[in-house]
Amino acid sequence: MFVWLIWAAAALALALSFFKNRVKTVSSLRVSLKFLRSMALPTFLIIWTIGFLLALLPPEVISRTIGREAGFMGVVLAAVVGSIVLIQAFIAFPLAGSLLREGANISAIAAFVTTLVMVGIVTSPLEAKCFGKKFTFWRNFLSFLFALIIALIMGVVLR
Amino acid sequence: MKKASKALFFLIGLLAAHLLLAFFHPAEAVEILLTTKTYLLEMLSILPPILILVGLFEVWVPKSVITRLLGIASGWKGVAVAVLTGTAGMGPLYVAFPIGVSLLAKGASLFNVAIFLCVWASIKIPMILFEVKFLGAGFAGLRLALTLPSIVIISTFLNGILKGRNVHEKTAIS
Repeated sequence: MFVWLIWAAAALALALSFFKNRVKTVSSLRVSLKFLRSMALPTFLIIWTIGFLLALLPPEVISRTIGREAGFMGVVLAAVVGSIVLIQAFIAFPLAGSLLREGANISAIAAFVTTLVMVGIVTSPLEAKCFGKKFTFWRNFLSFLFALIIALIMGVVLR
Repeated sequence: MKKASKALFFLIGLLAAHLLLAFFHPAEAVEILLTTKTYLLEMLSILPPILILVGLFEVWVPKSVITRLLGIASGWKGVAVAVLTGTAGMGPLYVAFPIGVSLLAKGASLFNVAIFLCVWASIKIPMILFEVKFLGAGFAGLRLALTLPSIVIISTFLNGILKGRNVHEKTAIS
């Protein structure tokens, strides 16, 4: 249902754009293709890695490290991992979804996804160059803190 | 180039691991193949329309428009524009850094730029579509509802902490 909705929206937008300006529409498709080319291989690799993880990592291990039994430390661990790794969020969502089904805690997954997008330790030197060290430290630190708060609230609400 | 070769290295590693596994534990190797196929199909079912939407957006709403809108907007209108423009971006956060710098140079407030950066990082429409698909509408919706006020609080803090300092003056490059 959701998937059909998106296909319909894309088809409608594409048709509208085509009627308004054909040249722009063609160049937009070229942009789409460029995105596809840049993300095809990484996406495929991540999905293959998910296959390995799900087959070789027993669910007990997942639930022990980031599951409910891991408690708050599991959430913190997930948040730290999300702060460090640098992968595009849309590639990470399938992984997060499969971990959730294999017994990971909702809070841990929420913390991972939130710090993944909001906190960037690897990119912080670049951020500091643009906005200064103080800005960078506080933005990342506060984002980490709020990621934990968001995660804990989600764990309570979506129990 | 360097990135591509790293990916290639990874690909060969996975292939080798899979072949080894197929030799010693064929059942697991098949299982991996099936899981990979399932996720690949799921990804392919949603990827094309999202890519089309992203492409259309890039062409119809170029970055210069975003910069101009946010450069002049202020107050609550500025916040609204910061949120709207941040959600439209595509690509990782470091793509937004130079945009943020040029926004500051054009006179956008630090508060608005902080909101723009945080929204760009966390609330992008194509990303939300992926999140709904793989983690469910409840998860994505609640996370979104909690993230937005968090961003306003974070930006308020940042604005308070850095008050009186001209952030842009500290930047050597832009």
